[in-house]
Amino acid sequence: MPTATYAGTEVAVNDEGFLTDPAQWREEMAPQIAAAEGITELTERHWQVIRFMRHEYEAKGTGPTVRVLGKTSGVSVRELYQLFPKGPAKIAAKTAGIPKPRGCI
Amino acid sequence: MKRIVVLGGGTGGTLVANRLRRLLDGDDAEIVVIDSDDAHVYQPGLLFVPFGLARPASLVRPRHRQLRPGVDFRQAAVDRVDLEENEVCLADGTQVGYDVLVIATGAQLVPEETEGLTGPGWMEKVFTFYTLDGAVALEKALAGFAGGRLAVAVMDMPIKCPVAPLEFCFLADAYFARRGIRKDVELTFVTPLDGAFTKPACNRELSGLLKDKGVGLVTEFNTGEVDGPGGRLISFDGREVPFDLAVVIPLHGGQAYVSRSPGLGDALGFVPADQQTLRSRAKPNVFVIGDAADVPASKAGSVAHFEGDIVATNIAGYLAGKPADARYDGHANCFIESGHRKALLIDFNYDTEPLTGHFPGRVGLPLLRQSRLNHLGKLSFRWLYWHLLLPGRDIPAVHSRMPAAGKHLPPARRAAASPR
Repeated sequence: MPTATYAGTEVAVNDEGFLTDPAQWREEMAPQIAAAEGITELTERHWQVIRFMRHEYEAKGTGPTVRVLGKTSGVSVRELYQLFPKGPAKIAAKTAGIPKPRGCI
Repeated sequence: MKRIVVLGGGTGGTLVANRLRRLLDGDDAEIVVIDSDDAHVYQPGLLFVPFGLARPASLVRPRHRQLRPGVDFRQAAVDRVDLEENEVCLADGTQVGYDVLVIATGAQLVPEETEGLTGPGWMEKVFTFYTLDGAVALEKALAGFAGGRLAVAVMDMPIKCPVAPLEFCFLADAYFARRGIRKDVELTFVTPLDGAFTKPACNRELSGLLKDKGVGLVTEFNTGEVDGPGGRLISFDGREVPFDLAVVIPLHGGQAYVSRSPGLGDALGFVPADQQTLRSRAKPNVFVIGDAADVPASKAGSVAHFEGDIVATNIAGYLAGKPADARYDGHANCFIESGHRKALLIDFNYDTEPLTGHFPGRVGLPLLRQSRLNHLGKLSFRWLYWHLLLPGRDIPAVHSRMPAAGKHLPPARRAAASPR
């Protein structure tokens, strides 16, 4: 199992870099995870999304998709792409230390 | 006398009402199916309409005629469900009380949620075959299409019958070849997913097929805007796919009444349910079947069919005061039309992805491989749909639980997937 070190703490991650145990995540780790995805600064809008992702994951056991995020997080899909250009649901989930949102089938 | 109200007279609603009618004594339970219209469309047939391979009128039959004697049909629009009062409030102001409610109203298309999609060019250069009107209009447009760029684009998941857009590409390839203009048509499949299909083994096979047929593949493309007059699909991250003719699969959502019913649906209007018992998360006397459910299964007729047995058993158990212990394993089964009178067949469930082998046993239809036999299977399915599936009967040798015999399962999975 690969590991990564964020904010001085070693955490278990999967092949795609998602934390395998969301309980290991702490807010201090987010800037470093985001930086690896090309996001140099986490603004208050980023944090709104990250906290929302954590909350949804804790309530439902899975992170929301981009479309659901656009309807429920208070941030529009268009702005979500500005904040997380490489794919909002995926990158916000990774930054928030939760698993990749389950793709709908 | 208990009353079971089934909202929706489509595939799931019809077959579960018919199954319940056979299961329950007429003196014990009254069964009412409510739908806003009386036209039952054979949705698998829509794919063939644009290519002149199915007559539109032959796909539609009255809903009420598909219900057994002893099942009442009521044509009415639903305003909302009152979960506290166990009542369905109809748009005309009347209330229908229930002991058990079944949500079977499927998914609806919401093309207006994509910027520009229903603007200029809609139904002129930009079409969908996911409605009967759309499929008919597209038939005319294709007949007049002499060459150029044809983009087939999925706006976002979930959609009904996730393989249908791929089948459309395969059939379009064959259609233009038949007309002798295939070399003049640039076919592109555009998807928000990272591959042609959601499941790895199937994805490899289908990506190969697209390549063989010269269909371009654009992945991870989340369409943010459709520019009809300019002929462009524009993604949220700023990429563009140009087209002369676009065939889109619009965004899907649940029915509006679900969102108007406090506590019933999720953000998209689908109804969260236990993925095994199919009982809603909202109330123990509310069950969900088919596309209306928020469960991790495909939105497909075969899913509704296999769920029917489970939902009917659990409702009968609930009315008898027993626990709802029949469990759905996520079994889905679809023919994938690949053109030139051939098709593939895939069979899978929550835990087992589509594998090679044969269905339903060691001797049977080949899985995940093109064959003429599968094409004949797809065609004969239409008869089975009206005459066995909707009446709520079992198709011989095809069961709710996914069969493991005949599949090339990895050894570790064989034990886990065999019937209990």
